[in-house]
Amino acid sequence: MSTDPVVQAVGIDKRFGSTHALRGVDISIDAGRCLGLVGRNGAGKSTLVSILSGLVAPDGGQVRFDGRPAPSAGAVDAWRSRIATVFQHSMVVPQLTVAENVFLGSGTGRGRLVNWRTMHRRTDEIMAEWGFGISSSTLCQDLTVEQLQIVEIARALATGARCLLLDEPTAALERGAVQRLFDRVNQLVASGVAVMYISHHLEEVFEICQEVAVLRDGEVVLTTPTSGLTKDQLVSAMVGTVAEQPGERAAPAAVPAAAATTATDAVLVVESLTTSSPRGRLNGVSLQVRRGECVGVTGLLSSGVSTLGRVVAGAETCDSGRVLVDGQAVGPGRRDLAQRAGIGYIPEDRRAEGFVAHLGVAENATMTITDRLSGALGLLRPAQRVEAAAPLTEALSVVSSGPDQPVGELSGGNQQKVTVARTLVHDPSVIVAITPTRGVDVASKTLLLGALTGFARERGAALLLASDELSDLTQCDRVVVLVRGRVFAEFTEPPFDREQLIAATEGLARSGQDS
Amino acid sequence: MTPGTTPRTTPAPVPAPAVEPAPPPLSTSPPAARRTRAVGVLRQAALVPVLLLLLVVGSLVSSAFLTESNLAGVGQQVSALGVVVVGESLILLIGGMDLSLESTYGLAPMVAAWLILPVSTYGDGIMLNPYLGLLVLLLVGAAIGLVNGLLIVKGRLNGFIVTLGMTIVLAGMQSGVVKAQSLYALPEAFSYLGSAYVAGVPVSLIVAVAVFVLVGLFLRYHRTGRAIYAVGGNPAAARAAGIKVDRVRIGVYVAGSVLAAVGGLMEAGRVSAVTAQQGYGEGIIFSVFAAAVIGGVSLKGGRGNMVGAATGVILLGLVQNILDLANVSNYWIEAIDGVVILFALVLARVIGGEATAE
Repeated sequence: MSTDPVVQAVGIDKRFGSTHALRGVDISIDAGRCLGLVGRNGAGKSTLVSILSGLVAPDGGQVRFDGRPAPSAGAVDAWRSRIATVFQHSMVVPQLTVAENVFLGSGTGRGRLVNWRTMHRRTDEIMAEWGFGISSSTLCQDLTVEQLQIVEIARALATGARCLLLDEPTAALERGAVQRLFDRVNQLVASGVAVMYISHHLEEVFEICQEVAVLRDGEVVLTTPTSGLTKDQLVSAMVGTVAEQPGERAAPAAVPAAAATTATDAVLVVESLTTSSPRGRLNGVSLQVRRGECVGVTGLLSSGVSTLGRVVAGAETCDSGRVLVDGQAVGPGRRDLAQRAGIGYIPEDRRAEGFVAHLGVAENATMTITDRLSGALGLLRPAQRVEAAAPLTEALSVVSSGPDQPVGELSGGNQQKVTVARTLVHDPSVIVAITPTRGVDVASKTLLLGALTGFARERGAALLLASDELSDLTQCDRVVVLVRGRVFAEFTEPPFDREQLIAATEGLARSGQDS
Repeated sequence: MTPGTTPRTTPAPVPAPAVEPAPPPLSTSPPAARRTRAVGVLRQAALVPVLLLLLVVGSLVSSAFLTESNLAGVGQQVSALGVVVVGESLILLIGGMDLSLESTYGLAPMVAAWLILPVSTYGDGIMLNPYLGLLVLLLVGAAIGLVNGLLIVKGRLNGFIVTLGMTIVLAGMQSGVVKAQSLYALPEAFSYLGSAYVAGVPVSLIVAVAVFVLVGLFLRYHRTGRAIYAVGGNPAAARAAGIKVDRVRIGVYVAGSVLAAVGGLMEAGRVSAVTAQQGYGEGIIFSVFAAAVIGGVSLKGGRGNMVGAATGVILLGLVQNILDLANVSNYWIEAIDGVVILFALVLARVIGGEATAE
């Protein structure tokens, strides 16, 4: 093995306007190693990925491949033959076939012409070699999220790159698929590929990475082997303040006892919802949520968890069944009616539904209450919005340059906080939150979940928390597990046993606890 | 994030206005916020230097340029276009587009005039009261907008194709209903808006300015105006925030067509006739889009404002006027006009930055 690392970044420095995104970052990955890169939102992970992929040129420092300086930024082909990146958001063109996507932007040999036969043959070869088993002629729009990711990895392998960057590859995968992804990554690492694995899921980092590097405020504050490192040490390196962390994390979990409210009336009643939504079917789901109660709903990716959330929130219609708030039926499939009935909605995909990117923080955070803020004539001053948004954006500690900063410019965690603010600001009696912590750093996660459960308990709102992230559910009073669109099990006594929850989501074993 | 914020204290006070003496700043770095605002102002004013330049060029080209009567004439000429540009800008803001505004601009005054005039001047002879005729004009505009809106929003048809088809249908009706004749001898009530002057200022200009100001204020300070930006910026997010997206969209198509009808009325008054050519035959939709886009209204929706749209309109009007005064050959005037518009687009892009990129 050569002594030079496959990829090495030396003293990388990058500024965006007034933001100093990276300050002299040194990082290197050896062949046959998997390096985890963790850090809170805004720590500079995405910038580092862009620089290592050759999309952005650093202001200072150098990227080296096998000890030689990297090609100039923007020389796409030259970079692609050395390093391949699987981005957080799918870069697959759905209308094209698997083979076309695998060879997207890179030729199949002779000149600029497309050699269809070679393209399909080589795609099939790559798939066979790595045991992926997807036909090269399938249209990508017919693939599952997991299969799309395989296409992206295959694309990376097709370029012959010896280094692979995986930017939050498991964000949209269910647990079985995550395990299979890990098997593939391990296989790649064993064959001598250098892998950089970026994730918010620390347990994943411990599982597949030999080393981990922690970015904080644009600096690498820790690089260490994962063996011998504890999760708490890792978290405190990410957050920076060791003293504050334990209290912050432990406190909310103790609350549920107080929440066994005396109120018996259900605010939210869901009666046998049935739908054949492409996001996951529902086959007659019924449940009730009381005032001040936090109910988690979990299950595998296509089990109907997010469909249930969307139908209750009125973002999607249903074939039969009813949703009632305070005994009143809510018109199905009408988000505006649901909101007027008091149902707040934190959508699954915040980029698609959570905010209007070029409108300001205050405007987005008050978008649900413009009717309340405005007078009889419907007039409303920008200062009113700022004033109305301020308490929530402060409570959720939204970091922005001001109430007018476009939300699109904020980091992912802060965008999600704005989406949560937009929901809480209209004082909902029911909150539907679908995977509210996806792609959010650890500290923001705790803060967001605390804000949601805290709001529910103090205001007597019903919280329906639909998430496939089991750690989101620890603060819930009850957890309902869906399997193939039906309520499979219900856990009523926190703390919930992780193993039992996982078993239930797989539909394997009925737990000891049931409703 | 502020250190020391614990999750337990987060529960969010729902707005209790006037608790604080002043709105507490969300800002961690006020200078940055001020810079953002300054850039916004700069963008809005991006075309002002160009307008000043045109004024200088105009005064060099002809001594008649900087006279009250010439500028009033320009004002009257661009008023009709300006009102249509307001309509199109609203539609662009919700992320739509409407090519048929140019046909509405011709058909609505045509139908109204046809109902008002006697058979001898190619009317249909029912001799409708001119004021009712104006009502009909508005209703024709609203009806066209409603059909467009329903087909596009509820029927989920492509806006480009729907309004392209509509353009041709409406233009055909415009010539069909009067057998391609022009209608002259318009009653005073009908031509007043486009031809009258108050204290040396064309009434159409006053009305057009009022339309720009009112729509501008509406967009900035009315909840529906803000909803238009939200719908255009991200319809799914607007829907998730409880905004009645379909209703806003259809409403904007209706408003746009009504404004196009009013613009058509101004034009008919200015030239004292409704011709079969008005609108579609003149191809005004190019100027309408050009003015809006030069003024920074994004074709992708959600971005733009009335200040920009107004500067776009004034710029086109001045260019047209200077070319007229410079005695440019009629055969070449369109080519030069087109070049100037393209040049203005490039310039607006350079000065305005990314916001005007699309």
